[in-house]
Amino acid sequence: MLDLDALSKSFDGYRAVTDLSFELDKGEVLGFLGQNGAGKSTTMKMVAGVLEPDIGDARVLGQSIVSNRREAQRLIGYLPEGAPLYRDMTPLTFLRFLADAHGMDRIARKTAVDRVIADARIASVTGQPISTLSKGFRRRVGLAGAILHDPPVLLLDEPTDGLDPIQKRAVRALIARMAHNKAIIISTHTLEEVPAMCSRVIVIDHGRMVADKSPDDLAASASGGLEEAFITLVSEARGGGA
Amino acid sequence: MRGRFEGTLNGIKAVWRRELSAYFATPVAYVFIAIFLLVLGVFTWELSNFFETGAADLGPFFYWHPWLFMLFMPALAMRLWADETNAGTSELLLSLPISLPGVVIGKLLAAWSVAALALALTFPWWISVNILGPADNTAIALSYFMSLIMAGAYLGVGAAMSALTRSSVLAFVTGVVVAFLLTAAGWPLVTGAVSSLLGSGAGDAIAQFSFLTHFETAQRGVLELRGLLFFAGFLTLCLILNTLFVEHRRSGVQ
Ligand SMILES: Nc1ncnc2c1ncn2[C@@H]1O[C@H](COP(=O)(O)OP(=O)(O)OP(=O)(O)O)[C@@H](O)[C@H]1O
Ligand SMILES: [Mg+2]
Repeated sequence: MLDLDALSKSFDGYRAVTDLSFELDKGEVLGFLGQNGAGKSTTMKMVAGVLEPDIGDARVLGQSIVSNRREAQRLIGYLPEGAPLYRDMTPLTFLRFLADAHGMDRIARKTAVDRVIADARIASVTGQPISTLSKGFRRRVGLAGAILHDPPVLLLDEPTDGLDPIQKRAVRALIARMAHNKAIIISTHTLEEVPAMCSRVIVIDHGRMVADKSPDDLAASASGGLEEAFITLVSEARGGGA
Repeated sequence: MRGRFEGTLNGIKAVWRRELSAYFATPVAYVFIAIFLLVLGVFTWELSNFFETGAADLGPFFYWHPWLFMLFMPALAMRLWADETNAGTSELLLSLPISLPGVVIGKLLAAWSVAALALALTFPWWISVNILGPADNTAIALSYFMSLIMAGAYLGVGAAMSALTRSSVLAFVTGVVVAFLLTAAGWPLVTGAVSSLLGSGAGDAIAQFSFLTHFETAQRGVLELRGLLFFAGFLTLCLILNTLFVEHRRSGVQ
Protein backbone atom coordinates (compact mmCIF):
# COMPACT_ATOMS: atom_id res chain seq x y z
CA MET A 1 0.00 0.00 0.00
CA LEU A 2 2.79 2.35 0.96
CA ASP A 3 6.17 1.93 -0.62
CA LEU A 4 9.20 3.96 0.42
CA ASP A 5 12.01 3.74 -2.05
CA ALA A 6 15.47 4.96 -1.02
CA LEU A 7 14.17 8.16 0.55
CA SER A 8 16.97 10.57 1.40
CA LYS A 9 17.10 14.13 2.67
CA SER A 10 19.95 16.43 3.68
CA PHE A 11 19.80 19.84 5.28
CA ASP A 12 22.88 21.93 4.50
CA GLY A 13 24.96 18.80 4.12
CA TYR A 14 23.56 17.18 7.28
CA ARG A 15 22.03 13.86 6.30
CA ALA A 16 18.73 13.72 8.18
CA VAL A 17 17.40 10.66 6.33
CA THR A 18 19.52 8.31 4.28
CA ASP A 19 18.38 5.67 1.83
CA LEU A 20 15.27 4.61 3.72
CA SER A 21 13.22 1.88 2.04
CA PHE A 22 10.37 -0.26 3.27
CA GLU A 23 6.92 -1.42 2.26
CA LEU A 24 3.82 -1.30 4.35
CA ASP A 25 0.74 -3.43 3.67
CA LYS A 26 -2.89 -2.98 4.46
CA GLY A 27 -3.59 -3.92 8.06
CA GLU A 28 -0.11 -3.11 9.29
CA VAL A 29 0.46 -0.60 12.07
CA LEU A 30 4.07 0.48 12.06
CA GLY A 31 5.71 1.86 15.16
CA PHE A 32 8.33 4.27 13.89
CA LEU A 33 10.97 4.69 16.59
CA GLY A 34 14.18 6.60 17.01
CA GLN A 35 15.85 9.11 19.28
CA ASN A 36 15.19 12.83 19.09
CA GLY A 37 16.57 14.03 15.80
CA ALA A 38 16.76 10.54 14.28
CA GLY A 39 14.78 11.63 11.24
CA LYS A 40 11.27 10.36 11.97
CA SER A 41 9.45 13.62 11.31
CA THR A 42 11.59 14.34 8.27
CA THR A 43 10.60 10.96 6.82
CA MET A 44 6.93 11.53 7.48
CA LYS A 45 7.06 15.02 5.96
CA MET A 46 8.55 13.59 2.80
CA VAL A 47 5.89 10.89 2.57
CA ALA A 48 3.17 13.49 3.19
CA GLY A 49 4.47 15.65 0.35
CA VAL A 50 5.36 18.55 2.62
CA LEU A 51 9.08 18.16 2.07
CA GLU A 52 10.71 17.15 -1.18
CA PRO A 53 13.12 14.22 -0.95
CA ASP A 54 16.59 14.80 -2.40
CA ILE A 55 16.56 11.31 -3.84
CA GLY A 56 14.05 8.49 -3.69
CA ASP A 57 10.30 8.33 -3.78
CA ALA A 58 7.30 7.22 -1.79
CA ARG A 59 4.31 5.65 -3.50
CA VAL A 60 0.82 5.32 -2.09
CA LEU A 61 -1.24 2.74 -3.98
CA GLY A 62 1.18 3.30 -6.85
CA GLN A 63 0.86 7.11 -6.84
CA SER A 64 4.21 8.81 -6.50
CA ILE A 65 4.48 11.64 -4.00
CA VAL A 66 7.14 13.21 -6.21
CA SER A 67 5.65 13.04 -9.68
CA ASN A 68 1.96 12.76 -8.80
CA ARG A 69 1.77 14.66 -5.55
CA ARG A 70 -1.87 15.64 -5.39
CA GLU A 71 -3.16 12.19 -6.25
CA ALA A 72 -0.90 10.68 -3.60
CA GLN A 73 -1.86 13.30 -1.01
CA ARG A 74 -5.52 12.46 -1.49
CA LEU A 75 -4.73 8.98 -0.16
CA ILE A 76 -2.83 10.15 2.90
CA GLY A 77 -3.97 11.38 6.27
CA TYR A 78 -1.20 13.29 8.03
CA LEU A 79 -0.96 14.47 11.62
CA PRO A 80 2.12 16.72 11.81
CA GLU A 81 4.26 16.71 14.94
CA GLY A 82 2.69 18.89 17.62
CA ALA A 83 -0.63 18.90 15.75
CA PRO A 84 -0.47 22.49 14.45
CA LEU A 85 -3.95 23.95 14.04
CA TYR A 86 -5.55 27.23 13.04
CA ARG A 87 -6.09 28.74 16.45
CA ASP A 88 -8.72 31.21 15.31
CA MET A 89 -11.02 28.45 14.09
CA THR A 90 -13.31 26.13 15.99
CA PRO A 91 -12.93 22.36 15.54
CA LEU A 92 -16.09 22.40 13.44
CA THR A 93 -15.00 25.15 11.04
CA PHE A 94 -11.53 23.61 10.88
CA LEU A 95 -12.88 20.22 9.88
CA ARG A 96 -15.20 21.82 7.33
CA PHE A 97 -12.25 23.64 5.83
CA LEU A 98 -10.34 20.38 5.46
CA ALA A 99 -13.39 18.72 3.93
CA ASP A 100 -13.70 21.55 1.40
CA ALA A 101 -10.02 21.27 0.59
CA HIS A 102 -10.56 17.58 -0.10
CA GLY A 103 -13.34 18.53 -2.49
CA MET A 104 -16.19 16.89 -0.54
CA ASP A 105 -19.71 18.04 -1.33
CA ARG A 106 -22.01 19.22 1.44
CA ILE A 107 -23.56 15.86 2.21
CA ALA A 108 -20.26 13.99 2.23
CA ARG A 109 -18.81 16.76 4.35
CA LYS A 110 -21.51 16.51 6.99
CA THR A 111 -21.24 12.73 7.19
CA ALA A 112 -17.44 12.82 7.42
CA VAL A 113 -17.33 15.62 9.99
CA ASP A 114 -19.92 13.94 12.20
CA ARG A 115 -18.06 10.65 11.97
CA VAL A 116 -14.67 12.01 13.01
CA ILE A 117 -16.15 14.16 15.77
CA ALA A 118 -17.51 10.97 17.28
CA ASP A 119 -14.33 8.96 16.57
CA ALA A 120 -11.99 11.54 18.07
CA ARG A 121 -14.41 12.31 20.93
CA ILE A 122 -14.47 16.04 20.46
CA ALA A 123 -18.24 16.57 20.40
CA SER A 124 -18.12 18.64 23.58
CA VAL A 125 -15.78 21.29 22.15
CA THR A 126 -16.76 21.60 18.48
CA GLY A 127 -17.89 25.21 18.87
CA GLN A 128 -15.01 26.44 21.01
CA PRO A 129 -12.08 28.38 19.52
CA ILE A 130 -9.14 26.01 19.12
CA SER A 131 -6.90 28.50 20.95
CA THR A 132 -8.85 27.80 24.16
CA LEU A 133 -8.63 24.01 23.96
CA SER A 134 -6.36 21.92 26.14
CA LYS A 135 -3.39 20.19 24.55
CA GLY A 136 -5.10 16.83 24.58
CA PHE A 137 -8.18 18.15 22.84
CA ARG A 138 -6.03 19.91 20.23
CA ARG A 139 -4.25 16.66 19.51
CA ARG A 140 -7.60 14.96 19.04
CA VAL A 141 -8.83 17.69 16.71
CA GLY A 142 -5.66 17.19 14.66
CA LEU A 143 -6.29 13.45 14.61
CA ALA A 144 -9.89 14.04 13.52
CA GLY A 145 -8.55 16.13 10.65
CA ALA A 146 -6.14 13.42 9.59
CA ILE A 147 -8.83 10.73 9.32
CA LEU A 148 -11.55 13.00 7.90
CA HIS A 149 -11.30 11.75 4.32
CA ASP A 150 -10.88 8.13 5.43
CA PRO A 151 -7.46 7.77 3.76
CA PRO A 152 -5.92 4.33 3.14
CA VAL A 153 -2.59 5.53 4.56
CA LEU A 154 -2.20 7.33 7.88
CA LEU A 155 0.94 9.12 9.04
CA LEU A 156 0.70 10.07 12.69
CA ASP A 157 3.65 11.93 14.16
CA GLU A 158 3.49 11.44 17.93
CA PRO A 159 -0.31 11.20 18.08
CA THR A 160 -0.48 10.31 21.76
CA ASP A 161 1.99 12.93 22.95
CA GLY A 162 0.32 15.05 25.60
CA LEU A 163 -2.68 12.81 26.11
CA ASP A 164 -3.77 11.52 29.50
CA PRO A 165 -3.85 7.73 30.03
CA ILE A 166 -7.54 7.52 29.29
CA GLN A 167 -7.23 9.43 26.04
CA LYS A 168 -4.17 7.42 25.06
CA ARG A 169 -6.20 4.30 25.41
CA ALA A 170 -9.03 5.83 23.38
CA VAL A 171 -6.62 6.75 20.59
CA ARG A 172 -5.15 3.25 20.64
CA ALA A 173 -8.64 1.80 20.37
CA LEU A 174 -9.45 4.11 17.48
CA ILE A 175 -6.28 3.09 15.67
CA ALA A 176 -7.01 -0.58 16.28
CA ARG A 177 -10.49 -0.10 14.84
CA MET A 178 -9.15 1.59 11.72
CA ALA A 179 -6.15 -0.70 11.28
CA HIS A 180 -7.78 -3.51 9.32
CA ASN A 181 -8.17 -1.56 6.07
CA LYS A 182 -5.36 0.96 6.36
CA ALA A 183 -1.61 1.14 6.47
CA ILE A 184 -0.59 3.26 9.46
CA ILE A 185 2.73 4.74 10.55
CA ILE A 186 2.95 6.01 14.11
CA SER A 187 5.98 7.67 15.59
CA THR A 188 6.22 7.67 19.34
CA HIS A 189 8.60 7.93 22.26
CA THR A 190 6.30 5.99 24.54
CA LEU A 191 7.69 2.51 24.11
CA GLU A 192 5.09 0.88 26.35
CA GLU A 193 2.34 1.60 23.89
CA VAL A 194 4.19 0.00 20.99
CA PRO A 195 3.23 -3.65 21.68
CA ALA A 196 -0.36 -2.61 22.33
CA MET A 197 -0.67 -0.58 19.17
CA CYS A 198 1.76 -1.77 16.53
CA SER A 199 2.19 -4.94 14.52
CA ARG A 200 5.64 -3.96 13.32
CA VAL A 201 8.49 -1.77 14.49
CA ILE A 202 11.12 0.13 12.53
CA VAL A 203 13.90 1.82 14.43
CA ILE A 204 15.95 4.50 12.72
CA ASP A 205 19.06 6.22 13.90
CA HIS A 206 20.84 9.07 12.22
CA GLY A 207 18.39 8.70 9.37
CA ARG A 208 19.22 5.04 8.72
CA MET A 209 17.11 2.00 9.46
CA VAL A 210 18.66 -0.14 12.21
CA ALA A 211 15.82 -2.58 12.86
CA ASP A 212 12.65 -3.82 11.19
CA LYS A 213 10.89 -6.42 13.36
CA SER A 214 7.70 -7.34 15.14
CA PRO A 215 7.41 -5.74 18.61
CA ASP A 216 7.72 -9.18 20.22
CA ASP A 217 10.90 -10.05 18.34
CA LEU A 218 12.40 -6.71 19.16
CA ALA A 219 11.55 -7.08 22.85
CA ALA A 220 12.98 -10.61 22.87
CA SER A 221 16.27 -9.41 21.42
CA ALA A 222 17.37 -7.95 24.76
CA SER A 223 16.88 -9.18 28.30
CA GLY A 224 15.36 -5.93 29.52
CA GLY A 225 12.54 -5.95 26.97
CA LEU A 226 11.67 -3.28 24.45
CA GLU A 227 13.36 -0.37 26.16
CA GLU A 228 16.67 -2.17 26.56
CA ALA A 229 16.47 -3.44 23.00
CA PHE A 230 15.86 0.09 21.74
CA ILE A 231 18.74 1.58 23.70
CA THR A 232 21.09 -1.22 22.65
CA LEU A 233 20.18 -0.78 19.00
CA VAL A 234 20.64 2.92 19.01
CA SER A 235 23.95 2.88 20.86
CA GLU A 236 25.26 0.03 18.70
CA ALA A 237 24.50 2.06 15.63
CA ARG A 238 26.74 4.79 16.99
CA GLY A 239 29.50 2.33 17.78
CA GLY A 240 28.77 2.22 21.52
CA GLY A 241 27.98 5.10 23.89
CA ALA A 242 24.74 6.88 22.98
CA MET B 1 -7.91 18.34 -17.15
CA ARG B 2 -11.36 19.28 -15.96
CA GLY B 3 -10.79 17.50 -12.67
CA ARG B 4 -7.57 19.38 -12.19
CA PHE B 5 -9.24 22.72 -12.80
CA GLU B 6 -12.05 21.90 -10.40
CA GLY B 7 -9.49 20.81 -7.83
CA THR B 8 -7.78 24.18 -8.07
CA LEU B 9 -11.12 25.97 -7.80
CA ASN B 10 -11.98 23.91 -4.70
CA GLY B 11 -8.70 24.93 -3.13
CA ILE B 12 -9.21 28.61 -3.91
CA LYS B 13 -12.70 28.55 -2.43
CA ALA B 14 -11.75 26.62 0.69
CA VAL B 15 -8.73 28.82 1.40
CA TRP B 16 -10.61 32.04 0.61
CA ARG B 17 -13.34 31.10 3.09
CA ARG B 18 -10.90 30.15 5.78
CA GLU B 19 -8.82 33.29 5.44
CA LEU B 20 -11.85 35.54 5.33
CA SER B 21 -13.21 33.97 8.50
CA ALA B 22 -9.76 34.44 10.07
CA TYR B 23 -9.94 38.19 9.35
CA PHE B 24 -13.32 38.46 11.01
CA ALA B 25 -12.72 35.95 13.82
CA THR B 26 -10.67 38.60 15.61
CA PRO B 27 -11.28 42.35 15.51
CA VAL B 28 -8.46 42.66 12.93
CA ALA B 29 -10.65 43.34 9.91
CA TYR B 30 -12.97 45.70 11.78
CA VAL B 31 -10.10 47.70 13.23
CA PHE B 32 -8.39 47.76 9.84
CA ILE B 33 -11.47 49.07 8.07
CA ALA B 34 -12.25 51.64 10.77
CA ILE B 35 -8.73 53.07 10.79
CA PHE B 36 -8.55 53.09 7.01
CA LEU B 37 -11.82 55.03 6.73
CA LEU B 38 -10.76 57.43 9.46
CA VAL B 39 -7.33 58.19 8.01
CA LEU B 40 -8.66 58.50 4.48
CA GLY B 41 -11.36 60.84 5.77
CA VAL B 42 -8.96 63.04 7.69
CA PHE B 43 -6.52 63.27 4.78
CA THR B 44 -9.20 64.08 2.26
CA TRP B 45 -10.92 66.58 4.54
CA GLU B 46 -8.02 68.32 6.23
CA LEU B 47 -5.05 68.01 3.92
CA SER B 48 -6.91 68.37 0.64
CA ASN B 49 -9.55 70.86 1.85
CA PHE B 50 -12.20 68.80 0.19
CA PHE B 51 -15.14 71.15 0.61
CA GLU B 52 -13.27 74.41 0.15
CA THR B 53 -12.37 73.56 -3.41
CA GLY B 54 -16.13 73.49 -3.90
CA ALA B 55 -15.91 71.28 -6.96
CA ALA B 56 -18.05 68.17 -7.22
CA ASP B 57 -14.96 66.11 -7.74
CA LEU B 58 -13.47 63.19 -5.81
CA GLY B 59 -9.93 63.94 -6.99
CA PRO B 60 -8.65 64.97 -3.55
CA PHE B 61 -10.13 61.73 -2.17
CA PHE B 62 -8.55 59.39 -4.74
CA TYR B 63 -5.26 61.28 -4.53
CA TRP B 64 -4.54 59.59 -1.19
CA HIS B 65 -5.41 56.03 -2.21
CA PRO B 66 -1.95 54.94 -3.39
CA TRP B 67 -0.27 56.47 -0.36
CA LEU B 68 -2.64 54.87 2.09
CA PHE B 69 -2.65 51.51 0.33
CA MET B 70 1.12 51.57 0.55
CA LEU B 71 0.75 51.23 4.34
CA PHE B 72 -2.59 49.52 4.74
CA MET B 73 -2.32 46.73 2.18
CA PRO B 74 0.92 45.26 3.57
CA ALA B 75 -0.75 45.41 6.99
CA LEU B 76 -3.67 43.42 5.65
CA ALA B 77 -1.46 40.89 3.88
CA MET B 78 1.29 40.47 6.46
CA ARG B 79 -0.27 37.56 8.32
CA LEU B 80 -1.26 35.54 5.24
CA TRP B 81 1.87 33.36 5.12
CA ALA B 82 4.04 34.48 8.02
CA ASP B 83 1.52 33.36 10.64
CA GLU B 84 1.11 30.08 8.87
CA THR B 85 4.86 29.45 8.92
CA ASN B 86 5.14 30.55 12.51
CA ALA B 87 2.31 28.36 13.81
CA GLY B 88 3.44 25.35 11.76
CA THR B 89 0.06 25.13 10.04
CA SER B 90 1.83 25.53 6.69
CA GLU B 91 2.80 21.91 7.14
CA LEU B 92 -0.84 20.98 7.31
CA LEU B 93 -1.69 23.21 4.38
CA LEU B 94 1.06 21.78 2.19
CA SER B 95 -0.12 18.25 2.93
CA LEU B 96 -3.58 18.93 1.51
CA PRO B 97 -4.35 17.78 -2.05
CA ILE B 98 -4.86 21.31 -3.35
CA SER B 99 -2.72 23.17 -5.84
CA LEU B 100 -0.32 25.71 -4.43
CA PRO B 101 -1.25 28.47 -6.90
CA GLY B 102 -4.84 27.92 -5.77
CA VAL B 103 -3.85 28.47 -2.15
CA VAL B 104 -1.89 31.58 -3.07
CA ILE B 105 -4.84 32.99 -5.04
CA GLY B 106 -7.35 32.08 -2.33
CA LYS B 107 -5.35 33.89 0.32
CA LEU B 108 -4.95 36.99 -1.83
CA LEU B 109 -8.65 37.03 -2.68
CA ALA B 110 -9.53 36.95 1.01
CA ALA B 111 -7.39 40.02 1.74
CA TRP B 112 -8.73 41.64 -1.41
CA SER B 113 -12.28 41.07 -0.22
CA VAL B 114 -11.56 42.93 3.00
CA ALA B 115 -9.97 45.75 0.99
CA ALA B 116 -13.02 45.85 -1.28
CA LEU B 117 -15.29 46.11 1.73
CA ALA B 118 -13.22 48.99 3.11
CA LEU B 119 -13.39 50.73 -0.25
CA ALA B 120 -17.15 50.14 -0.52
CA LEU B 121 -17.65 51.76 2.86
CA THR B 122 -16.28 55.05 1.51
CA PHE B 123 -19.61 55.47 -0.34
CA PRO B 124 -20.63 58.54 1.73
CA TRP B 125 -17.92 60.48 -0.12
CA TRP B 126 -19.47 59.56 -3.42
CA ILE B 127 -22.89 60.60 -2.21
CA SER B 128 -21.62 63.89 -0.86
CA VAL B 129 -20.00 65.00 -4.13
CA ASN B 130 -23.30 64.36 -5.83
CA ILE B 131 -24.98 66.61 -3.30
CA LEU B 132 -22.38 69.32 -3.93
CA GLY B 133 -23.19 69.45 -7.61
CA PRO B 134 -23.38 67.41 -10.77
CA ALA B 135 -20.56 64.92 -10.61
CA ASP B 136 -18.97 62.83 -13.32
CA ASN B 137 -20.13 59.50 -11.93
CA THR B 138 -18.60 57.49 -14.74
CA ALA B 139 -15.17 58.88 -13.96
CA ILE B 140 -15.73 58.20 -10.25
CA ALA B 141 -16.84 54.61 -10.89
CA LEU B 142 -13.77 54.12 -13.05
CA SER B 143 -11.49 55.51 -10.37
CA TYR B 144 -13.04 53.20 -7.79
CA PHE B 145 -12.52 50.28 -10.12
CA MET B 146 -8.87 51.13 -10.71
CA SER B 147 -8.37 51.76 -7.01
CA LEU B 148 -9.61 48.27 -6.27
CA ILE B 149 -7.33 46.77 -8.92
CA MET B 150 -4.41 48.77 -7.52
CA ALA B 151 -5.23 47.53 -4.01
CA GLY B 152 -4.85 44.00 -5.35
CA ALA B 153 -1.39 44.79 -6.69
CA TYR B 154 -0.32 46.26 -3.32
CA LEU B 155 -1.72 43.17 -1.59
CA GLY B 156 0.28 41.01 -3.97
CA VAL B 157 3.46 42.71 -2.76
CA GLY B 158 2.48 42.26 0.89
CA ALA B 159 1.54 38.60 0.42
CA ALA B 160 4.78 37.77 -1.39
CA MET B 161 6.80 39.42 1.38
CA SER B 162 4.79 37.49 3.95
CA ALA B 163 5.83 34.23 2.30
CA LEU B 164 9.48 35.05 2.93
CA THR B 165 9.39 35.21 6.71
CA ARG B 166 7.80 33.75 9.81
CA SER B 167 7.40 37.17 11.41
CA SER B 168 4.39 39.17 10.34
CA VAL B 169 6.01 42.39 11.61
CA LEU B 170 8.96 41.81 9.30
CA ALA B 171 6.56 41.00 6.48
CA PHE B 172 4.82 44.31 7.10
CA VAL B 173 8.00 46.35 7.16
CA THR B 174 9.47 44.81 4.00
CA GLY B 175 6.09 45.04 2.32
CA VAL B 176 5.86 48.76 3.07
CA VAL B 177 9.39 49.39 1.83
CA VAL B 178 8.73 47.69 -1.51
CA ALA B 179 5.32 49.34 -1.79
CA PHE B 180 6.90 52.72 -1.05
CA LEU B 181 9.45 52.29 -3.84
CA LEU B 182 6.70 51.34 -6.26
CA THR B 183 4.63 54.33 -5.27
CA ALA B 184 7.29 57.00 -4.95
CA ALA B 185 8.79 56.14 -8.35
CA GLY B 186 5.99 58.21 -9.88
CA TRP B 187 6.07 61.04 -7.37
CA PRO B 188 6.94 64.34 -9.12
CA LEU B 189 9.56 64.92 -6.43
CA VAL B 190 11.34 61.70 -7.37
CA THR B 191 10.80 61.78 -11.13
CA GLY B 192 11.99 65.41 -11.09
CA ALA B 193 15.17 64.53 -9.24
CA VAL B 194 15.86 61.56 -11.49
CA SER B 195 15.19 63.64 -14.60
CA SER B 196 17.62 66.37 -13.55
CA LEU B 197 20.26 63.81 -12.69
CA LEU B 198 19.96 61.36 -15.57
CA GLY B 199 17.90 63.18 -18.12
CA SER B 200 14.14 63.32 -18.62
CA GLY B 201 14.08 59.93 -20.31
CA ALA B 202 15.18 58.23 -17.10
CA GLY B 203 12.56 60.08 -15.06
CA ASP B 204 9.82 58.99 -17.42
CA ALA B 205 11.09 55.44 -17.50
CA ILE B 206 11.04 55.17 -13.72
CA ALA B 207 7.57 56.66 -13.58
CA GLN B 208 6.35 53.91 -15.88
CA PHE B 209 6.87 51.44 -13.04
CA SER B 210 5.01 53.47 -10.52
CA PHE B 211 1.56 52.69 -9.21
CA LEU B 212 1.02 56.43 -8.89
CA THR B 213 1.44 57.07 -12.60
CA HIS B 214 -0.95 54.36 -13.69
CA PHE B 215 -3.55 55.28 -11.13
CA GLU B 216 -3.51 58.95 -12.11
CA THR B 217 -4.42 58.22 -15.70
CA ALA B 218 -7.53 56.46 -14.46
CA GLN B 219 -8.58 59.49 -12.47
CA ARG B 220 -8.85 61.52 -15.64
CA GLY B 221 -11.85 59.40 -16.46
CA VAL B 222 -10.35 57.35 -19.25
CA LEU B 223 -9.99 53.63 -18.86
CA GLU B 224 -6.48 53.12 -20.02
CA LEU B 225 -5.86 49.56 -20.98
CA ARG B 226 -2.19 50.11 -20.28
CA GLY B 227 -2.83 50.94 -16.64
CA LEU B 228 -5.12 47.98 -16.20
CA LEU B 229 -2.61 45.66 -17.80
CA PHE B 230 0.14 47.10 -15.65
CA PHE B 231 -1.63 46.32 -12.39
CA ALA B 232 -2.91 42.95 -13.59
CA GLY B 233 0.54 42.01 -14.83
CA PHE B 234 2.16 43.18 -11.66
CA LEU B 235 -0.28 41.21 -9.50
CA THR B 236 0.33 38.09 -11.59
CA LEU B 237 4.06 38.50 -11.11
CA CYS B 238 3.58 38.81 -7.34
CA LEU B 239 1.40 35.70 -7.26
CA ILE B 240 4.00 33.74 -9.20
CA LEU B 241 6.79 34.90 -6.89
CA ASN B 242 4.61 34.11 -3.88
CA THR B 243 4.05 30.57 -5.18
CA LEU B 244 7.77 30.10 -5.83
CA PHE B 245 8.66 31.36 -2.34
CA VAL B 246 6.31 28.82 -0.75
CA GLU B 247 7.32 26.06 -3.13
CA HIS B 248 10.92 26.73 -2.22
CA ARG B 249 10.13 25.74 1.36
CA ARG B 250 9.29 22.23 0.28
CA SER B 251 12.98 21.80 -0.39
CA GLY B 252 13.60 22.17 3.34
CA VAL B 253 14.65 25.78 3.84
CA GLN B 254 12.79 27.16 6.81
N1 LIG C 1 14.21 22.29 8.03
C1 LIG C 1 15.33 21.82 8.59
N2 LIG C 1 16.51 22.45 8.41
C2 LIG C 1 17.64 21.96 8.95
N3 LIG C 1 17.71 20.84 9.68
C3 LIG C 1 16.56 20.17 9.90
C4 LIG C 1 15.32 20.62 9.37
N4 LIG C 1 14.35 19.74 9.74
C5 LIG C 1 14.99 18.79 10.47
N5 LIG C 1 16.31 19.03 10.57
C6 LIG C 1 17.29 18.18 11.25
O1 LIG C 1 17.13 16.87 10.80
C7 LIG C 1 17.29 15.94 11.85
C8 LIG C 1 16.08 15.05 11.94
O2 LIG C 1 14.98 15.78 12.45
P1 LIG C 1 13.55 15.15 12.68
O3 LIG C 1 12.64 16.25 13.05
O4 LIG C 1 13.19 14.33 11.52
O5 LIG C 1 13.80 14.21 13.94
P2 LIG C 1 12.76 13.33 14.74
O6 LIG C 1 13.21 11.92 14.63
O7 LIG C 1 11.40 13.63 14.34
O8 LIG C 1 13.02 13.83 16.23
P3 LIG C 1 12.01 14.05 17.45
O9 LIG C 1 11.88 12.75 18.13
O10 LIG C 1 12.73 15.02 18.31
O11 LIG C 1 10.75 14.57 16.89
C9 LIG C 1 17.55 16.77 13.10
O12 LIG C 1 18.91 16.79 13.35
C10 LIG C 1 17.05 18.14 12.74
O13 LIG C 1 17.78 19.13 13.41
MG1 LIG D 1 9.80 14.40 15.22
